[in-house]
Amino acid sequence: MTSAAIFLTLVLLAFIAFVTVRQRSLASVSGDTSKLHSLPRHYGYYAAVCALIPGLLIFFVWVITGKNIIEGLVISGLPDGLSAQYQEQASLVLNRIRLAVENPASSEKHPDILAAAQQFHALYVRGIWATFVLAVASGVGGLVFANYKTNPDFRARNSFERVLTILLILSSVIAIITTVGIVASLLFESLRFFQQVSVVDFVFGLHWSPQTALRADQVASAGAFGAVPLFTGTLLISLLAMMVAGPIGLMSAVYLTQYASARTRKIAKPVLEVLAGVPTVVYGFFAALTVAPFFRDLGEAIGVEIASESALAAGFVMGIMIIPFVSSLSDDAITAVPKSLKDGSLALGATRSETITNVILPAALPGIVGAFLLAISRAVGETMIVVMAAGMQPNLTANPFEAVTTVTVQIVALLTGDQEFDSAKTLSAFALGLALFLSTMVLNVFALRIVRKYREVYD
Amino acid sequence: MSNTRDFEPTDWKSPEMQARTRKRYRRDRTFRAMGFSAVILAGLFLVLLIGRIFQDGAMGFMQTSIDLDVTFSEELLGDPRAMDAEAFEEQVRQANMSRLLDAALTAQFPEVTSRRDRRALIRIISGGAREQLRNMVLETPAIVGTTKTVRLLAADDIDQLRKGKIDANEPEANRKVKDQELGWYNKLVEEDRVSLNFHTRFFTSGDSRDPELAGIWGATVGSAITLVVTLLIAFPVGVLTAIYLEEFAPQNRLTDIIEININNLAAVPSIVFGLLGLAVFLGVMHLPRSAPLVGGLTLALMTLPTIIIAARASIKAVPPSIRDAARGLGASPMQVVFHHVVPLAMPGILTGTIIGMAQALGETAPLLMIGMVAFIVDIPGGFTDAATALPVQIFLWADSPERAFVEKTSAAIMVLLTFLIAMNGLAIWLRQKFERQW
Repeated sequence: MTSAAIFLTLVLLAFIAFVTVRQRSLASVSGDTSKLHSLPRHYGYYAAVCALIPGLLIFFVWVITGKNIIEGLVISGLPDGLSAQYQEQASLVLNRIRLAVENPASSEKHPDILAAAQQFHALYVRGIWATFVLAVASGVGGLVFANYKTNPDFRARNSFERVLTILLILSSVIAIITTVGIVASLLFESLRFFQQVSVVDFVFGLHWSPQTALRADQVASAGAFGAVPLFTGTLLISLLAMMVAGPIGLMSAVYLTQYASARTRKIAKPVLEVLAGVPTVVYGFFAALTVAPFFRDLGEAIGVEIASESALAAGFVMGIMIIPFVSSLSDDAITAVPKSLKDGSLALGATRSETITNVILPAALPGIVGAFLLAISRAVGETMIVVMAAGMQPNLTANPFEAVTTVTVQIVALLTGDQEFDSAKTLSAFALGLALFLSTMVLNVFALRIVRKYREVYD
Repeated sequence: MSNTRDFEPTDWKSPEMQARTRKRYRRDRTFRAMGFSAVILAGLFLVLLIGRIFQDGAMGFMQTSIDLDVTFSEELLGDPRAMDAEAFEEQVRQANMSRLLDAALTAQFPEVTSRRDRRALIRIISGGAREQLRNMVLETPAIVGTTKTVRLLAADDIDQLRKGKIDANEPEANRKVKDQELGWYNKLVEEDRVSLNFHTRFFTSGDSRDPELAGIWGATVGSAITLVVTLLIAFPVGVLTAIYLEEFAPQNRLTDIIEININNLAAVPSIVFGLLGLAVFLGVMHLPRSAPLVGGLTLALMTLPTIIIAARASIKAVPPSIRDAARGLGASPMQVVFHHVVPLAMPGILTGTIIGMAQALGETAPLLMIGMVAFIVDIPGGFTDAATALPVQIFLWADSPERAFVEKTSAAIMVLLTFLIAMNGLAIWLRQKFERQW
């Protein structure tokens, strides 16, 4: 018995319910559908829903909580010696049990662990069968219920549509659940992190070296979690990116809206769109393979030492990536400026460039600022380019020729590869994620507010 | 009422004013040129990016082979006529195919005798050659006892040499291919045994540590399974949400919160979705690590806002008269939406969905978080098998030290870009074909 089998059985049951109840509704009026309140298929849909929903609920409860509950049971049933040990290294014991369950031929020798694994397996089998029986029973119950309710006066369509409405509302709530999930998971793990490392050390600490030693007597066993070098590194790279994307994006938006012919626009816009559609991993590869060596050689030629994983290369390529972002948002801001302002300025004899710099851009300024803020938030959250082209060394520097590391690079570095359980090192990634989430969120809300406020002026 | 002016009229014809006007026009032209060069610069970056990838990647689809005369010895493989099929198969599977290679190379280079040199010699052939020979024997057992010219994959360094990526004129110390190997290679070239062929294996095999054996099929299948999960979740949920918000939602706080939420979610960095997937799908729900199921779920949450926003715009564009007409004929609100509004809005919804899927296909960071970054040789066969995805494969190869992986990475990028262009092209075609002016 597997989870998929339960699911398929339920779907089959729903189908049977649809067919039988539809037939029954037809039979109840001996084929004269005009005597039915709803169309026969509505009776069928209603029955299918009755058969499917309760079973699905049971199924999902099992999928989400089943293993956790069983693990809890197994842990509480462990012999005293092991549970004392468990107090200290909860996840370690649990993990050994899990491994022994998944791979019976593993090298696990500890008899208690093996017994626990067997108990886990037995409970799991019992649980999944219980779920199956419960789900199928509730499905059959739903079928019988729908069958019982089927008569020509039953408003099957209305009932079915009510279920549909609930489904629609549930779908929309998923967006909220996602946000809540993000906030909850980040907060929960961050709180655990901040139990081990103080918030002040994290936010204001100047030293980042998350390698905690396994034994207490090793050198630098404490590990330092001062995130300031990461924040400055992120800022430095975002700033460099904006120095590339800001002027190019804004100027191309100005050119495309104010000077370019319709034909030029028709060619240039798709080019920018393609630039926006290239996956970030491709930009990362480009940065690491082409741009970084180019800057290094350039530096050698003019006598500046540029690291091969410099902030400059990552920032530059990230700038290319967000050009279309800046350009299209600035484009929107510029086109939103009323034509009368522009015409008035031109009629007074100003040249087009004077009109743009003295009238259009000031009028579009809030929108452009919003665009820049959104672009910065994009740059702050960008991962692949910096992972592939920026370094791992947490340097506290403003020198773009040196290697720096960013928040996203560290999250990736901390969470890929072998992970220790519940260590400050792993948990710190979530604290960084929280910082990232909050900062991008604030930037976005702020940017959208500026843009919205600006729109109200001219509408 | 006086005709006196308190200022002199501007003398536009005066040289100063003429100069001033010229200067202003010049400034306008400079400004315009700056705008134009910004556009050109953006285009130039694109050309540079694509050009560099294609320049490197074109060779990634080709691979160097070496033709060797291999004698399939009965002594090693057994006689297929004398023994039953199963025993023969067993013996072939057990047989040390390196000995066939060794014999073939000895025949080719009789002058190489010392053990060390012969070990170096066999390394000019790819490690995959043994498997290739084994498969040949298993396919046609009759081959045993004969001598055939077999086209064997060359090792990656020889391949790079053939493609000119390793310069034979450099001093030996700086070169990955040593003088000895170079001599063998040159001899093979003289005998016309070295050839550069289209490398179908690149499209049909999974990942490998050896560049000449690595392929993208595993990653492509992984991406496909992941996208199926994403589509199955994001499409229905996204469309239903859009329908609710556009057609049924009352104007209240909950609706406002949902709308603000969707807009905010669209701007959350993708790596945060990866953290969510790690904490919830792996941490709480204990779904298997590295599985396309988890990757698909994570990417679905990420693409949801894109689909919702596109679907809402498309539903909003359906004129109210359609709804009124359907209501007038007695349709229930649900029937109005599902029988009339949604079918009419479908092209727009599909366009948005395809664009969302293209986004998901190119996404890497969240997949790193949930462990779809492992070295996986097997082709994934289901939703819970360990798998990787195309962009992650690109990331992994980009990290590999072997020189030959550079062109493989570029080639994989070309494949990924082809998929993305195809998807976006489909979206544009859909929009143009079904776009309606009401």
